[in-house]
Amino acid sequence: MANQTKKFLYINRRAPYGTVYALEGLETVLIGAAFEQDVSMAFMDDGVFQLKDHQDSGETGMKNFSPTYRALGDYEVTKLYVERESLEARGLRPEDLMALTYEDEDDDYKEKPSIHIVSSAELADILEIQDVIFNF
Amino acid sequence: MKFGILVNEGPYQHQASDTAYQFVKAALDQGHEIVRVFFYHDGVNNGTRLTTPPQDDRNIVNRWSELAKEHELDMVVCVAAAQRRGIVDADEAKRHGKDADNIADGFRISGLGQLIEAGIKADRMMIFGD
Repeated sequence: MANQTKKFLYINRRAPYGTVYALEGLETVLIGAAFEQDVSMAFMDDGVFQLKDHQDSGETGMKNFSPTYRALGDYEVTKLYVERESLEARGLRPEDLMALTYEDEDDDYKEKPSIHIVSSAELADILEIQDVIFNF
Repeated sequence: MKFGILVNEGPYQHQASDTAYQFVKAALDQGHEIVRVFFYHDGVNNGTRLTTPPQDDRNIVNRWSELAKEHELDMVVCVAAAQRRGIVDADEAKRHGKDADNIADGFRISGLGQLIEAGIKADRMMIFGD
């Protein structure tokens, strides 16, 4: 069943800087996008910081790779689920996140938001229906 | 059942590699198939033949090499993660002008596509890490 489409979920639980998990996790998503699977991403715990708008890593010497998230829509990675409880625990509001969008080719290329704020319970339901879950 | 394996942590520092090894061994013993073992993040450090652990401890790298030989396991080290951490085969050493290579027997260096492919081919993808 080489042509079978599976549901892939990439869970991001770590802050963007300090370790390389987030950056290497994102690299996996971008490579995986070429395989034409049904891809979703989830952001929880400190992973919600990966989507924070206005990141500036300049003085740390670490590369600010946050612009790459804006390219996800072009890779047809259009379902980004952010856990509400993780945002609230860190004092973040949905409007503190990058406004990531994609063009819906099935709807006259209308620009639509990629980020969906979901509760922990809703996220559990999303996990339940996946075939493959990677955790970074 | 066909299992795909992802090892995300290095040897000794973290239990993930030991647990993955024990899982793979038990699965093979029970007649299951291992589609591929993929090493990512610091997991690529499982693939250096230059480790010399104390003699009264397990040799994690050799243990993987022996298991691979015995069962013809496909063990893949991610090229991008390996480049960051200095895991090098002869081709990579030549390409990047390094004076040595260190990849252990039974490991090969390839791209992340091999991980995604394992996820597609396997009935179940097992992730070992935090």
